[in-house]
Amino acid sequence: MFLINCPYCGEREQSEFKAGGEAHIIRPKQPTELSDDQWAEYLFMRKNIKGIQFERWVHTHGCRKWFNVVRDTSNDIIKAVYKMGEKPPIK
Amino acid sequence: MKNKYSLFSLVKNAFSYHENWGKAWKDPEPKKEYDAIIIGGGGHGLATAYYLAKKHDMKNIAVVEKGWIGGGNTGRNTTIIRSNYLWDASAGLYDHALKIWEGLSQELNYNVMFSQRGVMNLAHNLQDVRDLKRRTHANRLNGIDAVYLNTDQVKKFCPIINTSSNIRYPVLGGTLQRRAGTARHDAVAWGYARGADEMGVDIIQNCEVKGIKRDGDSVEGIETTKGFIKTKKIGVVAAGHSSVIANMAGLKLPLESKPLQALVSEPVKPIIDTVVMSNAVHAYVSQSDKGELVIGAGTDDYVSYSQKGSHDIVEGTLNAILELYPIFSRMRMLRQWGGIVDICPDASPIISKTSIKGLYFNCGWGTGGFKATPGSGDLFAHTIANDEPHKLNAAFNLNRFVSGDLVDEHGAAAVAH
Repeated sequence: MFLINCPYCGEREQSEFKAGGEAHIIRPKQPTELSDDQWAEYLFMRKNIKGIQFERWVHTHGCRKWFNVVRDTSNDIIKAVYKMGEKPPIK
Repeated sequence: MKNKYSLFSLVKNAFSYHENWGKAWKDPEPKKEYDAIIIGGGGHGLATAYYLAKKHDMKNIAVVEKGWIGGGNTGRNTTIIRSNYLWDASAGLYDHALKIWEGLSQELNYNVMFSQRGVMNLAHNLQDVRDLKRRTHANRLNGIDAVYLNTDQVKKFCPIINTSSNIRYPVLGGTLQRRAGTARHDAVAWGYARGADEMGVDIIQNCEVKGIKRDGDSVEGIETTKGFIKTKKIGVVAAGHSSVIANMAGLKLPLESKPLQALVSEPVKPIIDTVVMSNAVHAYVSQSDKGELVIGAGTDDYVSYSQKGSHDIVEGTLNAILELYPIFSRMRMLRQWGGIVDICPDASPIISKTSIKGLYFNCGWGTGGFKATPGSGDLFAHTIANDEPHKLNAAFNLNRFVSGDLVDEHGAAAVAH
């Protein structure tokens, strides 16, 4: 349970949001040319990091916009929030 | 057995005020090399070591555990045991485990307090009714006991359930597996630890794995807080931390680790003598032998290793509990906690070889691994010893995420395990 600073609405309770999983997984440009291994990598394999993770969230019960969050998954402390399409502010 | 537990030994030790019971397992320092190392000293890991020693004659093995044995998800779950899964592969896996549970206390000479008090799954809408009827038929075809109950039969089996049609999600029926039930979670870990130790397995606690050493495509050993330990076979049974260990070996797994919460109430006299699960409203409840209500809540939807869940998840579960069991409205909850569960995209586990020779994973049990503990250990031991899966866990290989041959229990079985 934590607060998320929505880039459009400001700080709100996490229960207003829905997590969208790992960010920056790029949708394949030529899906028909993918091997089964590449499909598995894209669809299922996840870093599932303990530590700093880049992830997507959506403000379901608010502006309903998607954005990115940098969060330490070992203690749920949010390091940064940035809009879709922007470069992560930290590495 | 050095220290066989019996009525005789109980009486004998009573004369010395129970101060001279022998240690149930040793506390050794790691050797330089083992034939196999199991990472993770929970129920599944200890069971794996036990069956490796017992059925596959591997005696030079170690279990390494970051904390103390049974201190992870083994000690955090709601102890429900059942095997009424929809798909054939799951039915085979979980019923294999249930059959071992039925004789486990005798086999281990350790009372795991296995209690076949039945598990009832409730239906709250028309789709639930259809799904549960379908599952009942599928279970029977697989030789698993299952009956479908109408609302009156549900009420008769568990009278404290509110079966009024005036609640938001009325009880339209349910299924019952009478062979299902609960067991004492700590005793399972302790019983397997004692049994494995007896056969020469080294159980090394407070020993965190820091790295996996590879020589090309095979494993050479593990780096730990107690130094380097050489081995050719590593079985990883690290639950929520499976991806962390996989990362050490340069592997990626199809897992997401999320907090799953549970809570227990103050102890009261016997009021519910079965396990009732309700997936549509996500509430499940049973009563421990101490008298506490044991209530399972859901998972949060974000990855976290913090062992803390969100308050709204608990609130949602308690809302459902109160509507289904108005009699609990003034109960006080004593403890609430979160465990980190590793969830697969198809909500089925992975008991499998990997692309690295000598590295095996038993993970992805998600929200329902406890019930499978003996079967999981048995089949994982078989996989490690023979470098080939047993026919019962062949479907639970890692390659299914490439081939697409998933065991999709997400919608099919109960969401809550």
